Amino acid sequence: MLNEKNNNNNHQNNIVYDVKNLNLWYGDVQGLKDINLTIRENQVTAIIGPSGCGKSTFIKTLNRMVDNIPAVRTSGEVLYYGTNIFSDTLRVEELRTSVGMVFQKPNPFPKSIYENVVYGPKIHGISDKKILSEITETSLKSASLWEEVKDRLHTNAYGLSGGQQQRLCIARSLAIQPEVLLMDEPTSALDPIATNKIEELINELKKYYTIVIVTHNMQQAARIADSTAFFLNGELVEHGPTSEIFTNPRDKRTDDYISGRFG
Amino acid sequence: MNHHNNSENNEKNIELDNEGKLKTFFNKDITTKRMNHRILLDKVGKKLFSVSILFALLILVILFYRIGVQSIGWLDLQFLTSNLSIFPEKAGIFGVLIGSFLLMVVVIPVTLLLGISTAIYLEEYAKKGRFQAFVDINISNLAGVPSVIFGLLGLTVFGRLLNLGSSILAGGLTLSLLVLPIIVAAGQEAIRAVPGFLRDGAYAMGATKWTTVRTVVLPSALPGILTGSILAVSRAIGETAPLVVLGIPALILRVPNSLMSDFTALPIQIYYWTLDTVLTPEYANMAAATIVVLLVLLFLLNSVAIVIRNKYQRRY
Repeated sequence: MLNEKNNNNNHQNNIVYDVKNLNLWYGDVQGLKDINLTIRENQVTAIIGPSGCGKSTFIKTLNRMVDNIPAVRTSGEVLYYGTNIFSDTLRVEELRTSVGMVFQKPNPFPKSIYENVVYGPKIHGISDKKILSEITETSLKSASLWEEVKDRLHTNAYGLSGGQQQRLCIARSLAIQPEVLLMDEPTSALDPIATNKIEELINELKKYYTIVIVTHNMQQAARIADSTAFFLNGELVEHGPTSEIFTNPRDKRTDDYISGRFG
Repeated sequence: MNHHNNSENNEKNIELDNEGKLKTFFNKDITTKRMNHRILLDKVGKKLFSVSILFALLILVILFYRIGVQSIGWLDLQFLTSNLSIFPEKAGIFGVLIGSFLLMVVVIPVTLLLGISTAIYLEEYAKKGRFQAFVDINISNLAGVPSVIFGLLGLTVFGRLLNLGSSILAGGLTLSLLVLPIIVAAGQEAIRAVPGFLRDGAYAMGATKWTTVRTVVLPSALPGILTGSILAVSRAIGETAPLVVLGIPALILRVPNSLMSDFTALPIQIYYWTLDTVLTPEYANMAAATIVVLLVLLFLLNSVAIVIRNKYQRRY
């Protein structure tokens, strides 16, 4: 079951990620420039910015999914609960077990709903059928999908709608009980109703998880995020409480972006 | 929030002519003429292409007719269940079928294991770069090397060096080398067709590369790999030249009973019987009957490949 952490939604929450002087290059092109940022426990941190600003690259750095892109180099530190995720002693499989990720396009496996949810628990060594079905129910409930699929757990996940598939992917991530959930534009392929459901879900999940979400939808950031970071051309322009970023930005570029003068 | 509207600027982006209409780059007369031209070309093309397919079908019909007529009266149960004999009316290809079957017993596990492993390494583990490109090109080249050269390689390595002579094991390993590049290429193709977002799903949950390959990549790639493998195996069943080079004897042998036995296989038997038709005219009929058996086998294998492909084809 989910274990509830104390949730006093303020800046005194523990630091989960402490990003220090992070640079990243794709070959000769610099994708991220000297990023400094902290991400706190049980908060929703939104990353906003125009296309190509590095927001996706940044979130994929947090669980080192950028490793899979050829010719990527990084410098600087990303401390995850105090451990540098680039250090040689850190095993990337362990990092990703503790930091789950939901992608832009729903990507369930071409298997049954049940097989999708138990995929993670199974590869991490749980084989007891009773525990697996308990995990399935808990995870699907946490992703508020249980009621819709409980009678067809063994049908193919590709029969679900796009929004249901995305919630299934969230359930799949939750099934291995991560600390952090990274979401890379999770609603960009969904219709407004499905988007709304995911946003409600995020609001619920932040009580138990730390959430980092990339979004190109500023209203979405305003609706769901506790803090918001604005990226532009690979730089972090500004990061602060969402209310401040949207009502009283310190940087003129932030102001221009959120008021729609470019992007 | 204050949204600035850019509509004043946008209007100027559409170019108009002097009369205030949309500027056009097309002349109606010329486009119609070109259109007539292209439609005619399309019709001519259709005729030419259908003639090509008719030609292929014609050749096939001639082949079937020729061997069909020659094998009538020879292809019966007795022919399939008897052993080779110097008396044509008593001879059968039972031992030959067993020889071909045992060859496959060697070829299938060896090529699947080595071929799929190679494909997995090249697609999933090898760093994309010059080395990988170099190996890729060489595998394509190997697939085009004439089979007689693989026969020489087999003779040198398996026949002489490893002292396997002209046994089933030597023949099977030689044929494995021959079809390995085909399976590797098919495997690579199938693995490459597995969308990256499925792998991402597994990696993002802390799966290792091998776990990802085993649980996500291979199940999705399996239909493609199997189809390629069956086609490769059917190529191996029909190969003659490498076995001739290995020195498979044109003798009347007992039914092979182990992988170290001497043997003869379907295409080899067709070859030798055809060679000797001058001495014994009935050999031509026996060769024809054997060809029918071989073609039926190939047809069955290819059908299985098509069934697998259709049944397990996935959409993403």
